[in-house]
Amino acid sequence: MRIGFFICHCGSNIAGTVDVVQVAEYVSKLPNVVHSVHLMYTCSQPGQKEIVDAIKEKRLTRIVIAACSPKMHEVTFRRAIERTGLNPYLFEMANIREHCSWIHDDRELATQKAIELVEMTIAKVARHESLFSNKVDVNKKVLIIGGGIAGIQAALDMADGGFEVVLVEREPTIGGKMAQLDNTFPTIDCSSCILTPKMVDAGQHEKIKLITYAEIESVSGYVGNFEVKVHKKPPYVNYEKCIGCGICERKCPAKAPNRFNLGIGEGKAIYIPFPQAVPKVATITKEHCIYFKSLAEGKLNRCKICQKVCHVSAVDFEIKDEYINEKVGAIITAVGFDLFNHSVYQEYGGGRYPDVISSLQYERLLSASGPTEGKIKRPSDGKEPETVVFISCVGSRDDSVGRPYCSGICCMYMAKQAILTKDHLPESKTFIFYIDIRAGSKAYEEFVKRAQVEAGAQYIRGRVAKIYPENGGLIVRGVDTLLGQQVEVMADLVVLANGVISSRGSNELAQKLRIPYDQYGFLSEGHPKLKPVETNTAGIFLAGACQGPKDIPSSVAQGSATAGKVQGLLSKDQLETSPLVALVECSRCIGCFKCLKVCPYNAIERITLKDGSLVASVIPTVCQGCGLCVATCPSASITLKGFTDDQLIAEVEALCR
Amino acid sequence: MSDIQKDIQNNDSNIKIIAFLCNWCSYGGADTAGTSRLKQPSEVRIIRIPCTGRVNPLFPMKAFIDGADGVLISGCHPNDCHYIEGNFYARRRLEVLKYFIDFMGIEKERFDYQWVSASEGQRWQQLIIDFVERIKKLGPIGKCET
Repeated sequence: MRIGFFICHCGSNIAGTVDVVQVAEYVSKLPNVVHSVHLMYTCSQPGQKEIVDAIKEKRLTRIVIAACSPKMHEVTFRRAIERTGLNPYLFEMANIREHCSWIHDDRELATQKAIELVEMTIAKVARHESLFSNKVDVNKKVLIIGGGIAGIQAALDMADGGFEVVLVEREPTIGGKMAQLDNTFPTIDCSSCILTPKMVDAGQHEKIKLITYAEIESVSGYVGNFEVKVHKKPPYVNYEKCIGCGICERKCPAKAPNRFNLGIGEGKAIYIPFPQAVPKVATITKEHCIYFKSLAEGKLNRCKICQKVCHVSAVDFEIKDEYINEKVGAIITAVGFDLFNHSVYQEYGGGRYPDVISSLQYERLLSASGPTEGKIKRPSDGKEPETVVFISCVGSRDDSVGRPYCSGICCMYMAKQAILTKDHLPESKTFIFYIDIRAGSKAYEEFVKRAQVEAGAQYIRGRVAKIYPENGGLIVRGVDTLLGQQVEVMADLVVLANGVISSRGSNELAQKLRIPYDQYGFLSEGHPKLKPVETNTAGIFLAGACQGPKDIPSSVAQGSATAGKVQGLLSKDQLETSPLVALVECSRCIGCFKCLKVCPYNAIERITLKDGSLVASVIPTVCQGCGLCVATCPSASITLKGFTDDQLIAEVEALCR
Repeated sequence: MSDIQKDIQNNDSNIKIIAFLCNWCSYGGADTAGTSRLKQPSEVRIIRIPCTGRVNPLFPMKAFIDGADGVLISGCHPNDCHYIEGNFYARRRLEVLKYFIDFMGIEKERFDYQWVSASEGQRWQQLIIDFVERIKKLGPIGKCET
């Protein structure tokens, strides 16, 4: 065995704390090590060339590189090693940056620790064997979860690239939050005017299969071959037959809160969310429907008016839950966000004052398709407000409600809403209480200036301490920290800039997809800079605000980015599977099949040997290499390649030497 | 000087702690702590494993027999396992192991298992500071007389 050792300075990242020269010298004296050098940047082109040259010249058979986390550059080095003809799995990394130099200050202790980590890695690499990948066919279909702007963009880009798309949306229509907006910053272009064509394209594209009013029930399988069970909730209207004429909604006698308008104005128990909905079909909400309510009370009620008036007999009270199985090669998660519920803020009325509304409710008041047909009328008495106060950071940048992060979009939508308020009501006055103005993207700063100069929005830097009703209006009492004095504004309407929170149910979905999420429930990307739309689970991607607060341009960009990534993945006919999988030594297997019971992937099958004995066998293309079976096997007849018992114990022994 | 820095500087002991971390959550969490330069005591040596479900209780026992003063195992939070349910199997095995360690005459405080996600760099730092302090209080593990 001829081991080659390379330690990386990583500029001063490692060499600043760890004496890399001393480590290289120490390692050079270890048995079987025939080459031990320190390099400035092992991952750089010259660094890789040194490694490749050394492998060839010194006929190295095992490689150890002490550098950053293997999560960073393991693949880089495997590729480099493969170029020499050496098996890329005869290689191991020692993590002396993230796990050593970056977390210690004491040079001596850090150097000693680095040496031990390297000895451990050498003990492991000595027990490596050549491993070879298998190939598995790829299903060239993609599942997209969430039909907001990010999901729609991803779906269109995938479909235009010639790939089959299944787009699953929880609501009866696609469109997401963007469909609820009136106009968009920083151009003040009408949201539905730019969104609707995309929704229609997605609805009509021959490659896109739209499943609305549906959620993901379960996900199994692995990259290239996922199996997904979709739960289609019963809308009690046959979506195939419904033509979206809306007569049922007009005739329905049952009142219900209008969900699309966020409770402002009334809706009906059977409803079409909004005029541009895709698919434009009606849906019955069971809890408000007179027929279903009477049924639950055991009474016979013959309401069923919607069924009687429907020309195409689409209303069907007998529709049951439906489960659709889809096989896909990749999954894009674009489940978006929700808004922080401001009722926890007692100082803003805790949700008791009808004229203290959320920013998204205000969008509905501004929208021509909203409950007031675009006229700003305050909810309590329908009066047109003369003074509108906006309050920023409601559920953002506030530790007291557990939301220390910036929601990123509120400063801009407040400026937009101030401009639109002036546009709708030229006589009105607007005040904006803010902490800082964050306007960091293209044309954003200019847009805020426009709100201040053209729309005359008065920006007051400071927090609001209290809102209370007086004389039919609301007194907003706060502090102007620039002037250092208290301010009181008599407002007719208060609009809160609710922060962005993770979408309801997104954590349960993450658990089904086996992807990580952070403490706020946002789904975690593979790397904050270099893998913004990938997750740690191969074949599962993220787009839009489910990963963190995002505005429309960024969400669209991520939608396209995921489509690019997925097209790269699905353009291959076959994928190489990891060779780090389990293997049964059938001569030792006692045929108890405990491994089969614990395997999360059904990767173990029963085979009959020539002598007639029934033993377990691992299907290497299905095995994902967790090692659960290895620890379960009572006869120690299963090994996990790359993480064998022998290797792990050798690592322990090396560390305890 | 902050408490954390004091804790880290007080490093004259000669103890060794072995940590088995799952590749997907806790190894990533330790990486995140490193990337954020969250300073930690230097007694911990990390061994990468695919999943806590891979851990044969023999591994921590072997570490103790070979002279490790503490063993820590950490994986994905329950329900968040990259391999669906590996950490549930680990939890059962390691819970039983705690009693076995005691039975073997090793203080059971020398062993622990925890859940740390890839985004929880700060949690990892605190966990290490606390665990190292706990082991330091216990002192080096007694050597077996043969």
